[in-house]
Amino acid sequence: MKNYDRLIFELSREGRCGYSLPEGSWEENTGCLPQNLRRETRPALPQVSEPDVVRHYVNLSGMNYSVDTGFYPLGSCTMKYNPRIDEELASHPGFAHLHPLQPEETVQGALQLCRELSDCLCKLTGMAAFTLNPCAGAHGELTGLMIMRQYHISRGDLKRTRIIVPDSAHGTNPASAAVCGLEVVQVRSTPEGLIDMDHLRPLLDDTVAGIMMTNPNTLGLFETGIREIVKCVHEAGGLLYYDGANMNALLGKVRPADMGFDIMHLNLHKTFSTPHGGGGPGAGPVGVTASLAGLIPEIGRVSAFHGNFGVLMKAYAYILSLGRQNIGRVGPLAVLAANYVKESLKDRYRLPVPSLCKHEFVYDGLARQDAGDGQQVTTLDIAKRLLDYGFHAPTIYFPLLFHQSIMIEPTETESLETLDAFIDAMRRIADEAESSLGLLKSAPHTTPVRRPDETLAATHLKLTWKS
Amino acid sequence: MAFAYFPHTDEDIRAMLSKIGAVSLDDLYADVPGDMLFKGSFDIPDAMSEMELRRKFDGLASMNIPLKVFCGAGAYDHYSPAVVPAIISRAEFLTSYTPYQAEVSQGTLRYIFEFQTMMCMLTGLDCSNASMYDGPTSAAEALLMSVACTRKKRRVLVSGTLLPHVLQVAGTYCRFHGVGLTVIPHRSGVSDLEAIRRELQAGDVAGVMVPGINRFGIIEDLSGFADAVHDAKALLIVYSDPSSLAVLTTPAGWGADIACGDAQTLGIPLSFGGPYIGFLCCRQEHVRKLPGRIVGETVDADGRRAFVLTLQAREQHIRREKATSNICSNESLMALYVTVYLSLMGPDGLKRVNDLSYGGAHYLHSRLLATGLFSEAFDKPFLKEFVLRSKVPAGLLQKTLVEKGFFGALSCGDGLVSFCVTENRSREEIDALVDAVSSLKAN
Amino acid sequence: MSRIIEGLSYSESHEWVKVDGDIATIGISDFAQKSMGSIVYVDMPEEDDRIEQNEEFGAVESVKAASDLYSPVSGVVTERNAALEDEPGLLNKDPYTNWIIRVRMDNPAEIEALMDAAAYSEFVAGQE
Repeated sequence: MKNYDRLIFELSREGRCGYSLPEGSWEENTGCLPQNLRRETRPALPQVSEPDVVRHYVNLSGMNYSVDTGFYPLGSCTMKYNPRIDEELASHPGFAHLHPLQPEETVQGALQLCRELSDCLCKLTGMAAFTLNPCAGAHGELTGLMIMRQYHISRGDLKRTRIIVPDSAHGTNPASAAVCGLEVVQVRSTPEGLIDMDHLRPLLDDTVAGIMMTNPNTLGLFETGIREIVKCVHEAGGLLYYDGANMNALLGKVRPADMGFDIMHLNLHKTFSTPHGGGGPGAGPVGVTASLAGLIPEIGRVSAFHGNFGVLMKAYAYILSLGRQNIGRVGPLAVLAANYVKESLKDRYRLPVPSLCKHEFVYDGLARQDAGDGQQVTTLDIAKRLLDYGFHAPTIYFPLLFHQSIMIEPTETESLETLDAFIDAMRRIADEAESSLGLLKSAPHTTPVRRPDETLAATHLKLTWKS
Repeated sequence: MAFAYFPHTDEDIRAMLSKIGAVSLDDLYADVPGDMLFKGSFDIPDAMSEMELRRKFDGLASMNIPLKVFCGAGAYDHYSPAVVPAIISRAEFLTSYTPYQAEVSQGTLRYIFEFQTMMCMLTGLDCSNASMYDGPTSAAEALLMSVACTRKKRRVLVSGTLLPHVLQVAGTYCRFHGVGLTVIPHRSGVSDLEAIRRELQAGDVAGVMVPGINRFGIIEDLSGFADAVHDAKALLIVYSDPSSLAVLTTPAGWGADIACGDAQTLGIPLSFGGPYIGFLCCRQEHVRKLPGRIVGETVDADGRRAFVLTLQAREQHIRREKATSNICSNESLMALYVTVYLSLMGPDGLKRVNDLSYGGAHYLHSRLLATGLFSEAFDKPFLKEFVLRSKVPAGLLQKTLVEKGFFGALSCGDGLVSFCVTENRSREEIDALVDAVSSLKAN
Repeated sequence: MSRIIEGLSYSESHEWVKVDGDIATIGISDFAQKSMGSIVYVDMPEEDDRIEQNEEFGAVESVKAASDLYSPVSGVVTERNAALEDEPGLLNKDPYTNWIIRVRMDNPAEIEALMDAAAYSEFVAGQE
């Protein structure tokens, strides 16, 4: 990667401009406004020419890793290929200029697209209705939990203010519950990595609104006790929320509604292949079973208009390009890739839960953790060294169940050659841990910057550029 | 059967299965109870080739009626330079993940740092996060943030002059979070300082939110608000259109502690309502209660300038139920949109955008009044959006305009209709709109 | 091995308490600071805030973790260590001289429920 160390402000010169706007011939301008409504000094925004702007941002792009440049084995992130046709269709001029408040008769194409997309999502999940308004996975969780609370409130059951969340859950689960005004009760995992039924049962009293689950869970394991969990939670009067972050494992094979879930969200930027964009925009549609569908409008508005419509378009294009013929192969091929990598490295990396995994799995550091001279090779060292080999690092130090978690999710769009190259790199790193430890401890060596000082960043806050 | 996004040959699949010790792909689901497995074929459309997909989307698009947009109400038809989509579509930005691995994410981290800086330049405040979903959710988060900052106070006040969808989303979040939300009705089209003062006397108010430009398009004079709010040990939140802050008094200028709003006005296409981008800025002393991602500057192992996600202990992946918010994915790529847009515009370009919008809007305003079909509703300063009292029923007016290819005269209730003019509207388009309106006079 | 000071009382959540009349000085143990790594922020209550035994009164943050602080005693905060605002890393340098808050105790007998240095040493050995 190329190193480039400029910020746009450092290219600025008084008198340069990068815009092309008409002069205008209006009689009045903002100078006519009362003095106290006008700002006193103009903002210190950069003054840069157009070619400088283009070159600056193209140079910045060169300092990024991306799906289009290489393999991202990031667990729970589903970094699959993002088809270019979806981008082309999402910028279709027939949709780009629609105002969200236009009269319905003028936006029938957009509404039809939303309808067809939610029909497909219903078919693929078994749910009865979807709202497309949530803008991201966590936003979907919050919306889904609001529906759950509304369900209890609508029945006059006001004491159900607690929600059960497994200790292996994504951090968004407890955080969404807290924003929704629910008290989080954590349920333990067994040593095999599944929900501990003996711990769960006594928690299920009449103050419990429901349970949030990811299935497969963050260890990549299918919760084999799901039938029993569903039965217990429903008998206790609670509802089951399905966190769709790991839905890629099941796409085409298992539908959350058939497992017994009542409410769920999908991360369209994971399972349905819309690009992550460096952290959004995503989309987190929420699906519910038939008996809850009427509650969706009752919770009130959760986002500005119709959700991230541009993202919805991409997801629909993805579904249509796979179609009924290919959609059922997504889950199995993703699971195949995960198990293949898991089996290929388990002699060199500690595999705390050796059973069949779904779309992802977790190693707990190297099999031989002591490098010989007493220095520990950490998961961070392994992750940073992988960058030198041209791979993105896996998700690290999550789930919290192990000290040295390395969470790997290969997805269905990586070829066997790519997976083998990754496996080879991981094996070489394991060798290096024994032969040339310094190389790991000082990695990465080939990136534009190396191990930035995060403590300094947090103790001496510099959050904006100053001249 | 080969498919473009699946690289696996039958032979690859056999080799991989054999490594796992499985015979078929079905074996990989042996841990799923048999009756939970989906059998048969999904009732979704057949797979489409790219050509078929283009035809499909062309067909859907043809069901929309393109209109010249003369409305705002939270989504504005501003011009966007050609450079912006060209940069946005670069795969290195588009297909990258959240920048947790700083060494291979300096591109994303740097533009977010630039975005934060620019939002602080516009709002006058000290700190900005890396983005929120949209304006209304940024408002909801700002209100919850004020509750977290002031501790023990569980009520917020919001001006009834905020956009309706902002009030609605704030209401949803507050209701479920257990925060009392009191809407203060407007007084002659602007926020009612006296009513806010009275409510503040109860001593239980954490935050007060008022708009910079309100639902009627009026630029509010917020003199005296900060003092009243701070005297009650509450925080002042100003909901702003960041584009307007090139020329208007900043939230910091009004004494705000927190600024939020929708940065869609900074070059993001209408796209039927999203993706847009919320922003959230605050004074330094509140930064640890700021939700969402924040990028900070530091140095790397070799002493080089480097950028990282910082203050992560506020966030859901570390603090779980005690996080400042549940937000994870935000609108990072839209922050790039805004950053590239502002880099091109600079202070002068953004001022000209406002001047052109102002000129066009005031031209339309006077021409509409001259038709005799409208009367002034509030007679207060406005920028690009305004409301008039219509003598023609709002529904008929809007319908007439749609027939002539315009989206204008959005009903605001009480016989009021709103119009908006950005720099994207020409004099000819405005004249044509006025002609369409005037056609109602003959009836 | 983490350092443990004689004469202090310790909680299972790794806070230490030093008693002087009805004033309790509270900090975190060497074991706690070591398991956190570099501390970048200490969230402390305000003076005059009431805190309750075994309830959260603040948090200690490192770059990648946050740990809540639980009060070993009930009472009213009389003082917070302002030096930690500018230099939270003091807790890493010496967690025993760098206290976090002082509390006027409601009931000094609450201290009796805590561990002495020997008992805490054994407790920590079980966790290391």
